[in-house]
Amino acid sequence: MTVSSRERPQDYVLRRVTERGVRFIRLWFTDVAGQLKSFAISPAELETAFEQGMVFDGSSIEGFSRIAEADMVARPDPETFELMASRSGHNGDDISARMFCDITGADGTRFDGDPRGVLRRVMDRAHAAGYTFYVAPEMEYFLFEPERADGRPVPLDGGSYFDLTTADIASDIRHRTLSALETMGIPVEYSFHEDAPSQHEIDLRYSDALTMADSVMTFRLLVREIAFEHGVHATFMPKPLAGVQGSGMHTHLSLFCEGRNAFSDPSAPDGLSDVARGFVAGLLTHAREITAVTNQLVNSYKRLIAGYEAPVAISWARSNRAALIRVPPTRQGQSESTRVEYRAPDPACNPYLAFAVILAAGLTGIEQGYELPPETPPSITGYSDHGGPVYGHHLPASLDEALDEMEGSALVAETLGQHLFRWFLRNKRREWSTYQTQVTQFELDNYFDAV
Amino acid sequence: MYAVHPGTVSPELAQFLDLGGYAWKPVGDAAEVTADAPSEGWSGAIIQLDSPASDSTEAAWAVARALRESVSRGVLVLVRGNALDELTMRDELFDDFCLDPFHPRELEARLAHLAAGSSDGSTEIITYGPLRINLDTYEAVVDEQPLDLTYMEYELLRFLASQPGRVFTREALLNQVWGYEYYGGARTVDVHIRRLRAKLGEENADLIQTVRSVGYRLGTYRWR
Repeated sequence: MTVSSRERPQDYVLRRVTERGVRFIRLWFTDVAGQLKSFAISPAELETAFEQGMVFDGSSIEGFSRIAEADMVARPDPETFELMASRSGHNGDDISARMFCDITGADGTRFDGDPRGVLRRVMDRAHAAGYTFYVAPEMEYFLFEPERADGRPVPLDGGSYFDLTTADIASDIRHRTLSALETMGIPVEYSFHEDAPSQHEIDLRYSDALTMADSVMTFRLLVREIAFEHGVHATFMPKPLAGVQGSGMHTHLSLFCEGRNAFSDPSAPDGLSDVARGFVAGLLTHAREITAVTNQLVNSYKRLIAGYEAPVAISWARSNRAALIRVPPTRQGQSESTRVEYRAPDPACNPYLAFAVILAAGLTGIEQGYELPPETPPSITGYSDHGGPVYGHHLPASLDEALDEMEGSALVAETLGQHLFRWFLRNKRREWSTYQTQVTQFELDNYFDAV
Repeated sequence: MYAVHPGTVSPELAQFLDLGGYAWKPVGDAAEVTADAPSEGWSGAIIQLDSPASDSTEAAWAVARALRESVSRGVLVLVRGNALDELTMRDELFDDFCLDPFHPRELEARLAHLAAGSSDGSTEIITYGPLRINLDTYEAVVDEQPLDLTYMEYELLRFLASQPGRVFTREALLNQVWGYEYYGGARTVDVHIRRLRAKLGEENADLIQTVRSVGYRLGTYRWR
C-alpha cells in the first residue's frame, strides 16, 4: 500500500464510491435545534471536499449565524461514510451515501456553534480524565395516518385492534426499519410495540456517545423516510396524544476506563463504584439545569407529568421505575454491564447537545466528589403522600422554567460554549413567548361558556 | 463459487464443503460447466476421480477440460491412491491434487492456497468461506453480495480475515487496527464487532466468533 495511514480512510471512501457506483454523497451536519442539514455533492467533488472542505453560507442555518462571518466550511468525516439504506437512497441507479461533517470557520478553526464539536469537546474532557463515554438510547415514536382529522393526529392502529391492513403496514415498516438500521451500522438491541396506540420503541445497542449521536440523527431520518414510503407519518414529538404516555428517549449511560466498566465495583455492597456514585450525584444535582437541552420543546413538558411513566421528581433508585435515574441491578458476573439510565430526555432533543450536558453533569459530580443522596424506596412513585415531590426537587414543569434554570447554570454555559448557549436561550425564549400568545383548546373548553 | 464433480457429490465431500462455508454447485458433465456457470465465473473446482480408467473418469477429465476455458488456476483433483496414474500426462488439466480419502484440513489448506494464487498476482485477495476481500479495491463480499462497510469496519474485518482461526484480544485489535493514538478504549472493538455482524447478516454473523474473556476470531477451528 502506497497510501499513508492518514489518507487511507479518505482513499477507502473514494474507492468505495467508484466501486459501488455512488451517484451523490450527502454531507450531513446538525443545526443547534437538532435538525439534520444535508447537501449533496457529486463523486467528482469528493476529493476536494476531503482536502479543503465544502464552503457554505452559515447565516442560513439555525444557530450558526455570526455577524462577522457567514462562510462556514463543512469537513466530511471519512469514518462515517455509509451507503444510504432507505429506498430513496437506492432509487434505481441513484445509489447515495452519507458522511457527517465537522464545521469550521473559513480559517479552519473549530466553529463553536457546531453541536458535534460541543460533544467532541466534552468527550475530550472525559478522555483526559481517562474515561470513554458510552450511551444506549431507547427511541420511542408514534406512527400516524398521513392526514390529521380536525387538526388532530389519527393513530395508525388506534381504531381497530383486528384491522389486518394497518397491522401489516406497521409490521412491514418495523421490518424495513430494523434492516435499514442494521445495514447502516446501527445495531438494535430490542424493538417492540409500546403501550400507547401506534407507539413503537427501538432500543439501540450502546456505542460511544459521538457515534451514537450520529446514529440518532440517522435513525430519525430513516424512521420518517420509511414511514413516508408506506404512506404513514412518523413523529418523534414527545407528547402527540393527550391521555396516553408520550415518547421518551431513556438513555443508558456508562463510563469505561482502560477497557473496564468504571461504574462497577464488585467489592462494594451494592456493586457501584465511587465513580458511579459521583456521576449519578452530578446528574441529580444538575438535572434541572440541563433539562432545557434534553427536553427542548414546549411540548416536551406535556410528557414530563405524573401518571404516565415519565419522571417528575428528581430521584434515583435501583428498582423503582418511576425514578429519574434508574440504576438497574446487575446480576453476578455481569458487572461489566453496570449502567445508569437517565429517563428525562425525549427523542426530539439535539442528541449531540443532550449527551454533552449529561456527560458534563456526571463528570462534574465525579470531579467534585458529590455525595449521592439515598435512593427512593420501591414503593414511592415520585410524589409523597402530600402530593409534593419527595426530595423537594422536581424537573422543570415548563420550557420557561427550564430556561430559567439553564440561564443560571455555569455548567451548561461552559459545556455549550457562549455562542451556542446564548443562541439557544434566545431562540427558545422566543418559542416560549410565541406559545404564550396562543389560546388553547383547554381554555376554550373550560372558560368560554363558564365565565 | 466452486464447481464440484461428479454431480452426485459424496456425503463426506458435501459435508466438508458445507462446514467450511464454501459456495458450491454440483456439475454432472462438461455441458453443465458452461450452462450452470455463475455470472462472475467459477472461482475454482473440485473433481473427484472415483476409480482408475473408466467411463466416469473420462467424463471427469472432460469436465476438467471444459473448466480450463474459464478457470485459469483453481482446479483440484481428489484422487484414490490406486488411481494416481490417471494424473500422468494431464498436468495442464489441474492445478493441484489431494489424496482421497482426504483430510479436511489438508483439502482446506490446498483450496486456500489455490484461491490465494488464482488471480494474476497484482491483486491481493483474502477468501474465507463465503467471505472475499479484495485488498486493492477495498471490496468485501459475502455470499457474492457486496458489504458496505465503514473504513474501520473494513479494517477490522480485513485484519481478522488475514489470520482466520486466530484469536485476538481486544487490546491487540485496538493497537493493530486502530493504532495506539486512538482513545476509544477496548469497548470500541465490541461496538465495531456488533456492527460488522449486523452487516454480515444473520446467516453469516457467526463468521466472527466471540471467545469468552479473550477476544475475537474469524471463523473457527472446525476439524476436530
